Amino acid sequence: MAPVNRIIRFSSVDGPGNRTVVFLQGCNMNCRYCHNPETRALCVHCGDCVDVCPTGALSFSEGFVSYDHTKCIFCDACIKTCRHDASPRIRNLTAEETFPEIEKQLPYIRGVTVSGGECTLYPDYLTALFSLCKEAGLTTLIDTNGTLDFAAYPALLSVTDGVMLDVKSWDSSVHRSVTDTDNADVLRSLSFLAEHGKLEEVRTVVVPGLVDAKYTVRETARVIAPHLSKRPVRYKIIAFRPMGVREAFRSYETPDTALLSSLADIARAEGLSDVIIV
Amino acid sequence: MRTITMDRVNTTREKMLDVVKSNTLTHEQKVANMAILADSLLEVLELPEGLSDLLERDITDGQCICDLNEGHAPLRPRYIVPDYAKFMKEGSAFLELPPPSDLYEALNSLLIFYKHVPSVTNFPVYVGQLDVLLDPFVKDVDEATAHKLIRLFFTHMDRTILDSFSHANIGPVPTKAGEIILDVVGELEDAVPNLTMKTDPALTTDDFILRGVKAALHTAKPSFANHPMFTAEFPSGISAGKDAGNYVIASCYNGLPYGGGSYTLSRLILGNIAKRASGIEDFCTKVLPQVCDIMARYMDERIRFIVEDSGFFENNFLAKEGFIRRDRFSAMFGLVGLAEAVNCLLEKEGKKGQRFGHDKEANELGVRIMNIINDFNAAHENKYCEISGGHFLLHAQVGIASDIDVSPGTRIPIGEEPAELRDHLEVLSHFHKYFVSGTGDIFPIDLTVHRNPDYVLDIIRGAFKENLRYLSFYSADSDVIRITGYLVKRSEIDKLEAEQNVKHDTTALGMGAKHNGKILERKVR
Repeated sequence: MAPVNRIIRFSSVDGPGNRTVVFLQGCNMNCRYCHNPETRALCVHCGDCVDVCPTGALSFSEGFVSYDHTKCIFCDACIKTCRHDASPRIRNLTAEETFPEIEKQLPYIRGVTVSGGECTLYPDYLTALFSLCKEAGLTTLIDTNGTLDFAAYPALLSVTDGVMLDVKSWDSSVHRSVTDTDNADVLRSLSFLAEHGKLEEVRTVVVPGLVDAKYTVRETARVIAPHLSKRPVRYKIIAFRPMGVREAFRSYETPDTALLSSLADIARAEGLSDVIIV
Repeated sequence: MRTITMDRVNTTREKMLDVVKSNTLTHEQKVANMAILADSLLEVLELPEGLSDLLERDITDGQCICDLNEGHAPLRPRYIVPDYAKFMKEGSAFLELPPPSDLYEALNSLLIFYKHVPSVTNFPVYVGQLDVLLDPFVKDVDEATAHKLIRLFFTHMDRTILDSFSHANIGPVPTKAGEIILDVVGELEDAVPNLTMKTDPALTTDDFILRGVKAALHTAKPSFANHPMFTAEFPSGISAGKDAGNYVIASCYNGLPYGGGSYTLSRLILGNIAKRASGIEDFCTKVLPQVCDIMARYMDERIRFIVEDSGFFENNFLAKEGFIRRDRFSAMFGLVGLAEAVNCLLEKEGKKGQRFGHDKEANELGVRIMNIINDFNAAHENKYCEISGGHFLLHAQVGIASDIDVSPGTRIPIGEEPAELRDHLEVLSHFHKYFVSGTGDIFPIDLTVHRNPDYVLDIIRGAFKENLRYLSFYSADSDVIRITGYLVKRSEIDKLEAEQNVKHDTTALGMGAKHNGKILERKVR
């Protein structure tokens, strides 16, 4: 079972082709520039959101907030009220309960991407869900911060077509200042996935003054380059934008085009051909 | 010929003088309008009883049948689809052209031929299966030369075919000529000609479709046609080329027999027909069948005149030299406003909240109405429509600029599209099958898809598995946009709004549709 925050039925921005995206709730990093901070934590059932819900989709009884998705109009009043970076709009679903909501999109999608939050907090759910997807002929992608030790989950890897990995900073201390966590696990995942031909895409968010982007892009590209013969890997250079970011961190600047282009050039100089800026 | 009143003559003369003095019409548009007005004074058709009450009204005053201004004495079939492959092979005696021997001659011959293909717009509504026609010649020159020549050819078409109800076809088999055509239309960003890629899961490669998607994100074309579906519906006769089928896509998105065409197109205005009924049963059992019957008999009479009285098939070189054959013509039984009819009828039954495109009961009523029309057509016989089994071909008409509160064909009204594209596609899958002579849906696509054209590829592949017939996409920020079926440049609409001349007559229709049809407000996917 996993806490499902949202399912986007058709997505053009979460991997190749048209995909259904499942967002799971909860994250083990605390990125300053997180664009959907309401997916970070699990609900503590304080009940603050129930009062602001205009349609009665949220109710409170016996110490628990419950959510009726049929009444929800997605006005986000609950999320704006929450003091815990959580969301009450969560459905705890098994893989078998989730799959029918993916199957509805057949034959229009080529695959499924599971994102978050941090979806690898639920490896057993992912393994079960991807097994069902594989039976239906769908491709499977994981969108992750790289903290899972993939080597310890061969069953999950065997049903996963690719991983889209964030490398937020190459320098450990910078990584800590950006995310409150060390990056050793992330770099281990980068190498492991590249070596095993499971890396679909790597992303670095560019935040001037916060992230050492040139160093990060160069070193990351150097790890990927020797393994490109196993499969092509896209490097996505993402410009920081304040939209959706928590109030306290909105003052970071958006990088200019020249910086973004120079970063793309660095990745290309290391031998990566599929580099895009978004 | 019946006499008419002097009042009517004088009213028409006033309109003719207005045309002569118009500030915005080009010379060609004035000539065409003068001809339409002159024709309106003729009275030679034997009209079925009850027609005038249904036809001669404004759309806002209960008009139920519309003949799309085809005129009172049709002097040619509405849509003509010449066998260009025969022309390439044999040349034309009338035009004094031998068969072309290289790409220069092929393009020159086609451009000459286009000036001799009549239609309701006076411009060719079909300009050929261009990949098949040109590929043998493209192979004889280097690619840069072929590209340059085809680019000039397309520019020539845009500047001289002054109406975007003009359609080229490519596919389903990828060819070098097809690839060059896609690259050229993507570069030029012109409105004319419209372009369709016939798409077959067994014959059309992902690369070829993706090339088409990339062009469409620049210039709103090509659209994508379900080739196996059309080939099954047009099984016999002469082919547009190896694997290209016995049909073409002409004008907006009209599926028509190759080497023939359509005599006529009238349309039912279903929303207004529904207003005349007391409820669903009255509509389904009495009102709709009566209106269908009157429209069919009106079309019969128009066809009789074209075939028996106009002399077209005896005298025009296209028929005399075998570029078209009378027995490959059918006629299009059109309709608009299914959504408005369903919503109106449910309201009359006290179910105002139920909306077409959203509620099961509403969509099922839509299917029931379509089955009634389909059954009516299957029972109605016309001896000059041999190519389609003696029946007309149903057509989901895209609307005209003056339509108000009328959704094209069976489309879900703009502004009411389902939030999820998947749900939208599910509704369409119930309706596309009826319309052998064309239907289509249009999706403006978010800019981010420029980075992921495979997204559109997946939707096209999926849609044709679900028996959708025809889909069009354009980028939400393109200059060339698809109005209802035809293409217009936004920049040209701006010029017309500033009361400047524009070369394409369809720009005025686009301007009307922008204001009356809200076509710039479609839900972006």
